[in-house]
Amino acid sequence: MKKYLNQSLWFLAATSLLALVAAGCGKSGGDTIKIGEFASLTGKEATFGISSHEGTLLAVDEVNAAGGVLGKKLELLTEDNQSKPGESATAVNKLIARDGVIAILGEVASSRSLEAAPICQQNKIPMISPSSTNPKVTETGDYIFRACFTDILQGKILANFAGQKLKAKKVAVFTDVKSDYSKGLAKYFKEHFIAAGGQIVTELDFNGGDKDFKAQITAIKAANPEAIFIPAYYTDVALICIQAKQLGVTAPIFGGDGWESEDLVKIGKDAVEGTYFSTHCSADSPGTKVSDFVAAYRKKFNGKTPDAMAMLGHDTVKMLADAITRSGSTDAAKVRDALASLKDFDGVSGKITIDAKRDATKPMVILQVKDGQFKLVDTVNP
Amino acid sequence: MDWLLQQFINGLALGFIYALVALGYTMVYGILRFINFAHSDVLMLGAFSAYFLAPALQKTGSPVSIVSAFLIVVLAALICAIIGMLIEFLAYRPLRQRPRLTVLITAIGVSLFIEFTGQHKAVFGANTKPFPQLLPESTVQLGNVSMQSNDIIISLVTMLLLAGLWLVIQRTRTGMAMRAVSFNEKAAALMGVNINRIISFTFGLGSALAAIAGIFYAMRSPGIDPLMGMKPGLYAFVAAVIGGIGNLPGAALGGLLLGLLETFAGGIPGVSNYRDGIAFAILILILLFKPAGLLGRLQPEKV
Repeated sequence: MKKYLNQSLWFLAATSLLALVAAGCGKSGGDTIKIGEFASLTGKEATFGISSHEGTLLAVDEVNAAGGVLGKKLELLTEDNQSKPGESATAVNKLIARDGVIAILGEVASSRSLEAAPICQQNKIPMISPSSTNPKVTETGDYIFRACFTDILQGKILANFAGQKLKAKKVAVFTDVKSDYSKGLAKYFKEHFIAAGGQIVTELDFNGGDKDFKAQITAIKAANPEAIFIPAYYTDVALICIQAKQLGVTAPIFGGDGWESEDLVKIGKDAVEGTYFSTHCSADSPGTKVSDFVAAYRKKFNGKTPDAMAMLGHDTVKMLADAITRSGSTDAAKVRDALASLKDFDGVSGKITIDAKRDATKPMVILQVKDGQFKLVDTVNP
Repeated sequence: MDWLLQQFINGLALGFIYALVALGYTMVYGILRFINFAHSDVLMLGAFSAYFLAPALQKTGSPVSIVSAFLIVVLAALICAIIGMLIEFLAYRPLRQRPRLTVLITAIGVSLFIEFTGQHKAVFGANTKPFPQLLPESTVQLGNVSMQSNDIIISLVTMLLLAGLWLVIQRTRTGMAMRAVSFNEKAAALMGVNINRIISFTFGLGSALAAIAGIFYAMRSPGIDPLMGMKPGLYAFVAAVIGGIGNLPGAALGGLLLGLLETFAGGIPGVSNYRDGIAFAILILILLFKPAGLLGRLQPEKV
């Protein structure tokens, strides 16, 4: 009940404060530039939210240490959506209406970015998603950007990977129907895999948060696939891999960037050994940009190695700071235009160029779980 | 045909877990005529009790053994029995003479309270936690069909618990008192039955079973979170209604039936996503033709 109460309250607040925001309560304000961030700091996809948030924090610190933007310090306001549907809209409404932020950063999960995007678009506040890969996110409108590739590209690269590296002709797909990310990635994977002459032997569904997958895994096993594609998030993937191992599944299992979390190994233990997944970038990638970032991140967060989510979170802040600097103002429309014309931006996750669809075109990496670590197997250029 | 047998085995262990939980719903209904919605959260608390007990117990005793697993299960069941009795004492007892609906709404409130308290950072946190291994695990391979040692143990222990519960209710004085209270509370009180004690005992017993079910559930899929009880809770509630609410063998039968149905539906491509819908469609069908449930009579002997 409380959630709905909050939501309606915020809806009221949002509408009544809209006029105030338009009058510029955030823009005229003080000696800081306020940026809003909504993230899944707790809940099912918490390690994603935390990584992304830590990368964001580090970037804000770096920008401020270098004198800020336009002579002002960046002020980051973060809201936790507990990985739950419905909470992101509330959080973003609050950030825009009450705090008067000039831009929104977030989220990792596509479903939740899709909740926030229409609100940002409506209020004409630029939003940069660090790592939501579903194409629909930026299709929401011209104020919505992302720092990563889309699932159209990821699906294609994974289809190539399955066909060429895993030498699989028959693949089973196991989709989380609750997640826009999972459904989208499954769709683009299938299109490319079939176009390349592969065969999808069976397709099964689950609901994110399920605990028992044995029924579906038994059906997948009965279809004798040469590889199993699971475009889902790490908590579910870990449990699926455990139960697949128990049921004697030996076909290689692979997935997308929703896998990259230390919890995948913590929960999945030896059941996730040898599995593959694609993601945005790796701490093992060559280049001083990456190694400097890894060193700074380790120093700030007790020796923790950053993952792709952290690097992308970091890049969103840098992209925004760059856009504000280039536009010379914190005016939302000007910042938007500057973001849209971002070209060859040197981010930690690679060179970022915002295309006409406001997506970033970038290389991708394939990692494998080996001895509980994620090892770089391949780097693929788009 | 192997996959059919495999699905049967998959569904059986799940069904036994639902049966254990359904017993708690049905016992409380038998005595107090209301659905204790917080029951599914006691299941979650059982899994979390084991999560916290396991490292402590496995450190002192032998690491992963039947002895330590037995101790963990018994202690977690005890903890949850106390929690169950506390819930009854604090939330339901003050409302005993109020309309049933009041208690029902309170039960929903208690359930949400436990779930959201559990999700708070200072309590369990909303993150999925890796559930520790309690028993040495192995897989028994029969041709193409594989059976987990855990599933076999879960099924055996559940059958023992069901038999034990039947003995408690049919053969002990407390059990007789439970049946008396469910039959006619006022008359039982006049015969010198301590109603409050019997109700407390019922909640304790149901909660202990839920805790054990929670641990079994977590053993099968070792990732636990504060909302993990919702789904098995819902299924067990449906199981209790299918079997005839208030009827113990009915609850066990309903649990097994639902576990199997869910598994078979889940294994069919294209249908796998509708398995919850199928469970509820079956519930409606059964209630259309047998309004009192499979084993329930319109005037059944309750508990």
